Amino acid sequence: MFSLADVAASNKQPELVFWVGCAGSFDERAQRITRSVAKILDHVGIDYAVLGTEESCTGDPAKRAGNEFLFQMMALSNIQVLNGYGVKKIVTACPHCFNTLKNEYPELGGNYEVIHHTQLIQQLIREGKLRAAGGESFHGKKITYHDACYLGRANRVYEAPREALKALDADLVEMKRSRANGLCCGAGGAQLFKEPEPGKKEINVERTEEALASGAQVIASACPFCMTMLRDGVKQLEKEQEVEVLDIAELTVRANGI
Amino acid sequence: MISQLAFILLLILGTGWFVRNVRKIRKNIGLGRPVNRSDRKAARWKTMARVALGQSKMVRRRAVAGIMHILIYVGFVIINLEVLEIVLDGVLGTHRLFGTLAPGLYAVLIASFEYLAVGVILACLVFLLRRNVLRLKRFSGIEMTAWPKSDANFILVAEILLMAAFLTMNGADYVLQLMGTEGYIRAGAYPVSSHLMLLLPGSEAGLIQVERFCWWFHITGIFIFLNYIPYSKHFHIFLSFPNTWYAKLEPKGKFTNMNEVTQEVKAMLDPSFTPESATPPERFGARDVQDLSWVNLMNAYACTECGRCTAVCPANLTGKLLSPRKIMMDTRDRLEEVGRNKNRHGADYDDGKSLFDYISTEELWACTTCNACVEACPVLIDPLEIILELRRSLVMEESKSPQGWSAMFNHIEHNAAPWQFSPADRLNWAKTNT
Repeated sequence: MFSLADVAASNKQPELVFWVGCAGSFDERAQRITRSVAKILDHVGIDYAVLGTEESCTGDPAKRAGNEFLFQMMALSNIQVLNGYGVKKIVTACPHCFNTLKNEYPELGGNYEVIHHTQLIQQLIREGKLRAAGGESFHGKKITYHDACYLGRANRVYEAPREALKALDADLVEMKRSRANGLCCGAGGAQLFKEPEPGKKEINVERTEEALASGAQVIASACPFCMTMLRDGVKQLEKEQEVEVLDIAELTVRANGI
Repeated sequence: MISQLAFILLLILGTGWFVRNVRKIRKNIGLGRPVNRSDRKAARWKTMARVALGQSKMVRRRAVAGIMHILIYVGFVIINLEVLEIVLDGVLGTHRLFGTLAPGLYAVLIASFEYLAVGVILACLVFLLRRNVLRLKRFSGIEMTAWPKSDANFILVAEILLMAAFLTMNGADYVLQLMGTEGYIRAGAYPVSSHLMLLLPGSEAGLIQVERFCWWFHITGIFIFLNYIPYSKHFHIFLSFPNTWYAKLEPKGKFTNMNEVTQEVKAMLDPSFTPESATPPERFGARDVQDLSWVNLMNAYACTECGRCTAVCPANLTGKLLSPRKIMMDTRDRLEEVGRNKNRHGADYDDGKSLFDYISTEELWACTTCNACVEACPVLIDPLEIILELRRSLVMEESKSPQGWSAMFNHIEHNAAPWQFSPADRLNWAKTNT
């Protein structure tokens, strides 16, 4: 196993730490995204490690819900672990972990270069290490990308996921509300962990309807929470036969035949 | 001479009362907690130039409203040059003072003021139509009660009246100039108001009456309007400038780390740690306006209730109670109440109320922290920061939270994940290969 503890025991320092995140570790659907990222890392031969059992929640949902104590308890103990291993660079498949590690940990003593997996994929495509060849063809397939709030508006990462999709030679269609104007899937701010307040409609249904209206056959996502919300939306609207919700890492793996 | 004295009195009263009200607002904003937003000055000036002066956010997404708003804004700023002349004429007892200084330039200026005045009137009419006839959804909502609605209409009607008086005054002046009436020197160009000739009286005395009436009506109206602004949503015409200057420069996803919490958590994790200050903070998060930062409070006064935030809020769009515009309006209303109380009953007076008497937990729990409201605001107001501070108070001070969150907190505390899974299973994803 490639856990950071093992790597460190043999006095080595991995190039990159893959921060899996809670959804990526425990949610069955998100585990598939995690495996896709791992496959990409293996495929291009990046020397990486995971924290495994030493990884804890970044504290993001606690912080957004208003529980700053719990957030900082998680943050400070995570920072202790990461600094203990001398971690320099982190990639994660979760925009919430990405945002927290990148923006909120530095003031608490955790200074790392943090990238999202779509940024890594973008970089690998630019370096020629990933080509959309040797696997499934997405040529001419209509794909729409749903901007995750914590990747898009929160950190202005709009182009990396789109560049990864353009490499697929697919027909990238935009939803009415995209990029800075993108509509939330409804999961952020710890909403995923509670019942919604009374209203007329579920947010994920509103967003899924918009994605379906784009005529896309694939809804691309870059966040495990958005994935859950959009899949639920597709299910609720009974479009599972027509439309797939896939993470950009999964699409990349498929296109490269990894 | 009498009219000069009357004018000087009007000038003193008009500006004096305005300054007094602005000071009151400044004092209210000063009730907020300190926060340092004076770093990276170059970036701040740039933001202000782009967003406030350049109106960059106004045209994005809502081009029609944006362009008309720019027309009114440019009209307002440029026509103020004319107001300067009017004030000087009033004090010195002159007539069209600038007309003799640079006749060529003066003609160009007056002509452009006239075109702008027509533009402003048309834009205000369209805005009135949108609010009262087309009834755009953005201008309604639970927070848009009778007063905010009439506030908006009053401003638009006032601007139309002021511009109409300005044009009528010019029209009468133009005819008097043609007649060679004493005191009415030939100055300026009147491409719009010259067409009003037919509507004006034919006699010299009648024309002088119209010209004088409109002159006084216009300048008195401006002073009344100026003093209405601090009571109104229209205060944004001043505050949007500092509001954009002091806006958050960090990524929108970055929420503040509470230093007082860091001290406590560090002491908990490491018993040998000595905290920065021995006295624990009075309060975690915000219960009332004084617990918010002064920037949050300035945001509330800078809000012009346009509703672009609420129109993009995923919670509001799907019928939930939360409306970011209401968060800002409630913050201002409560702040005004606290300020009034302090003036009447002394600085330590406590009316037993808080911001939670204005904003319900149902609204606060519904926020997805998606930053759509922050992105949409044309003057960079941040309703999300207020929502988070209120959540912090509810959760940390009162241990209030929705059931799902209490469970999530528990899971994180006990198994380091928001769900009930064991840390030992963190590598389970690697056990299969599908």
